[in-house]
Amino acid sequence: MKRRDFMQMTGMGMGALMLPSVPIFGNTVSSEHLLEPGIDVALKKRYADIALNATKSKGATYTDVRIGRYLQQFVFTREKQVQNIVNAESFGVGIRVIANGTWGFSATSDVTSEGIAKCAETAVAIAKANSKFQKDPVVLAPQKGVGDVTWKTPIKKNTFEIPTAEKIDLLMKVNGKAMENGAGFVTSNIFSVNEQKYFASSDGSYIDQDIHRIWPTFTVTAIDKAAGKFKTRGALSSPMGMGYEYLDGLASEKIAGPNGTVGYRSSYDMVEDAILAAKQAKEKLTTKTVLPGKYDLVLDPNHLGLTIHESVGHPTELDRVLGYEANYAGTSFATLDKWESKKFNYGSKLVNIVADRIQPHTLGAVGFDDEGVPAKEWDIIKDGILVNYQAIRDQVKIIGGKESNGCCYADNWDSVQFQRMPNISLRPGTEKRSVLDMIKGVEKGIYIIGAGSYSIDQQRYNFQFGGQVFYEIKKGEIVGMLDDVAYQSNTQEFWNSCSQICDKDDYRTFGSFFDGKGQPSQISAVAHGSATTRFDGVNVINTGRKI
Amino acid sequence: MAVLSKEEAKQIIDKVLAFSKADETSANLNGSRTGNIRYARNSVSTSGETTNLSLSVTSVFGKKSGTATINEFDDKSLEKTVRRAEEIAHLAPDNPEYVGMLGPQNYLDIKSFAASTDAINPDFRAEAAFKSIDPCAKKDLTAAGYWEDSTGFAALGNTKGLFGYNAATSVDFSITVRTNDGLGSGYAVRDVNDVSKLDVALATEVAIQKAQASSKAKALEPGKYTVILEPTAAVDLLQNMMGSMDARNADEGRSFLGKKGGGTRLGEKLFDERVNIYSDPQNLEIPGSPFGGGGGRFAFGGGGSDGRAQEKVVWVENGVVKNMYYSRYWAEKKGVKAIPPPSGFIFAGGNESLADLIKGTEKGILVTRLWYIRAVDPQTLLYTGLTRDGTFYIENGVIKYPVKNFRFNESPVIMLNNLEAAGKPMRQGGNLVPPLKIRDFTFTSLSDAV
Repeated sequence: MKRRDFMQMTGMGMGALMLPSVPIFGNTVSSEHLLEPGIDVALKKRYADIALNATKSKGATYTDVRIGRYLQQFVFTREKQVQNIVNAESFGVGIRVIANGTWGFSATSDVTSEGIAKCAETAVAIAKANSKFQKDPVVLAPQKGVGDVTWKTPIKKNTFEIPTAEKIDLLMKVNGKAMENGAGFVTSNIFSVNEQKYFASSDGSYIDQDIHRIWPTFTVTAIDKAAGKFKTRGALSSPMGMGYEYLDGLASEKIAGPNGTVGYRSSYDMVEDAILAAKQAKEKLTTKTVLPGKYDLVLDPNHLGLTIHESVGHPTELDRVLGYEANYAGTSFATLDKWESKKFNYGSKLVNIVADRIQPHTLGAVGFDDEGVPAKEWDIIKDGILVNYQAIRDQVKIIGGKESNGCCYADNWDSVQFQRMPNISLRPGTEKRSVLDMIKGVEKGIYIIGAGSYSIDQQRYNFQFGGQVFYEIKKGEIVGMLDDVAYQSNTQEFWNSCSQICDKDDYRTFGSFFDGKGQPSQISAVAHGSATTRFDGVNVINTGRKI
Repeated sequence: MAVLSKEEAKQIIDKVLAFSKADETSANLNGSRTGNIRYARNSVSTSGETTNLSLSVTSVFGKKSGTATINEFDDKSLEKTVRRAEEIAHLAPDNPEYVGMLGPQNYLDIKSFAASTDAINPDFRAEAAFKSIDPCAKKDLTAAGYWEDSTGFAALGNTKGLFGYNAATSVDFSITVRTNDGLGSGYAVRDVNDVSKLDVALATEVAIQKAQASSKAKALEPGKYTVILEPTAAVDLLQNMMGSMDARNADEGRSFLGKKGGGTRLGEKLFDERVNIYSDPQNLEIPGSPFGGGGGRFAFGGGGSDGRAQEKVVWVENGVVKNMYYSRYWAEKKGVKAIPPPSGFIFAGGNESLADLIKGTEKGILVTRLWYIRAVDPQTLLYTGLTRDGTFYIENGVIKYPVKNFRFNESPVIMLNNLEAAGKPMRQGGNLVPPLKIRDFTFTSLSDAV
């Protein structure tokens, strides 16, 4: 009954993947079909002009047209077998207009001159019908047309050109190595996405973009049947705005951490991580349980990314601040008066949070957003003070901005674009500092790697995070693993307890491949960069229970 | 035309199956028209309507299977889709867990379609939004809400003679009302098959009352409290527990139903003896789907139903785990009946109203909604999350004052051992859930969020 097919993953032991379901757009096809070219760019321009002319003649004062071909390939395996391979293609046109000062949107899979003209007229009719509810007319921040331009994710190997058999071989090796090293069960996946999208607007932009993303991941489970216990460890990969080259496992992109741990920058060694994961999951079965209390936390980028996402990314979305998401995701504590005061201490002076759509290899990197705004970088928190938000063209006037930040995104041609999170990252420290240097200075602490359980309130004050692997730090040294760890804090208190940040050599990104927002719900992909960071005196609880 | 009759659907499916050259072929045909309207800040933000008719064909050779989908229905396109599914199947690796398709099934007659809902048009939605925004605006409150209605059908057939068809309608409505000083917030959520059973103005009034009553909340110390969970709050934790009753995970020792030394806790008393949970696709208040498996809400699916007939199943009886659900593969391996996951569950309660439960409570907290619930430990089904949109302190049988929101860390298994009382069930998200009175519910910290 729902508009989209959602693959329910709950029965697959995929809890650690942090996704309740995986959306599939369009029709399932063969993998070969995904390599066929989409329609020619000259034809796209002709179609776009048909829409632009049709809406103008019906009275639209602004129009944008998105002709999109969205490709997905998802490979699912467990232990020695392939569970599913999904190749999906979705192709169509979405037309958004302003008429009578009101937005209207219509979409069609009938990509012909007639189909597009009809869709364009419907969009204007919807805008006019909705205008009777409109209190204030929509005002767009100006955006100069950019003419005919193209942008492509700088990939080295197109994931869709890699034979499916090669991906299966890799995942079988991952599973096999995990089992050899103590896993009772393992699931592994490669999610890949290619958005071939053409954007045209009445501002005079004709933008052709080819965007690639990839996420290899797994969950290993270790079992102690006698004790009736099981423990999992998820992959420490990050979803990336890259091609299949992310899986090359280049030594130059690895960062050796304490106790045999490895951090991965823009190249991932999936087999190596699976071996370590199996060993760590097994170790977790017998590891000691945490004593609740205050600890100094040393947070790895593959963990901290999710904390940044929830406690800085979402509260600084301007639509949440204004109340547009009140019925679903919620509002925000980072209200306009706090921003206006120019004195709101979001974090300690070390905390510099930057938004961008340009960092190479990241999920958020694009040439232009889905309303034709060029990608850029801007500060959200500067020296601990809240200085800006994430905004799009029809919001930016509210914060006195003259141009959009370029945060507009729609997850498919038939979804209407709205404000979505760009990359939100913590700038690395300026003083030279490695993870070991940082640990040396901690008396009583916990070093946390990997994202685990996560929960935050609807205004983003109170949160609780788990992790994948926890190491106890005593007097400057790691003394062993811990289990049943989660920390609870308040966003402002937490970021003000930030006392040290490792330097740029430790900087890595974490990402969310299926971040949900809106009603009807849409997904987006977003990255969060950081270096390992220390937070002092954070409240840690013990999550162990008996049933 | 997105919503086909049984005869029209059968005609297309028969045509598809006639093109088959594979060992086995199945076809799933789904059509729907879905409309929505969304509003915030007392003004409509988006609205739209989508129609979709989609055919999914699965072809099988030996243990290799392939699926192709399409939205075009001329003979040429249908044949092309069958050939494509067959090509994909040939290229697929063997699936050692493949189980042959089912033959004809006896499907229950389920009344999940309402003409009143089928007739909804954009004007009807706009009127619903107005009925919800207007009373809020008049009281100087701010409304944000979402309405989605759907009318559609699902049909399936295969080359072993199976055929099934079901038409269904649904409406989901939710409203958040906030006081303009940002200190109070209230919520109401309703779901129905028949829109004539949905009173938008009444649901909005509930949210308004909660918004006004929750303003200027006092802080209580976190700790263990007796709570009354309204059905809207209780359903999420119960649904998560029901979503973890997969037999294979339990047999493999990675579920709360796994047992020390191996085996499962099937047949064990895991909850208070007053806990009774069952599913009944023919229940008139929450009519389900006649066929399940694959597409079930709690299972790994995406390719439509595998054709298993849904029937009445008792999951927990007098606190004892009576059934778990199975994939067909796992059931065959274990030599048991392949019970599919249910499309909705019923938590049997009593006749007491929410007001009765409050009246009988000396000291406690009324929780109207839970939010951002995430699994902390799958071993014990420990979940964390927060209260939201109206939390109240109860003393001597009356609501005394609003309290600040709490974060909880609690397992539904522990919670259902600490059951004090269950009231009269009401529909929530396709389930029937009573208000629950629970002792020693664990709140671990306070939240400033409103």
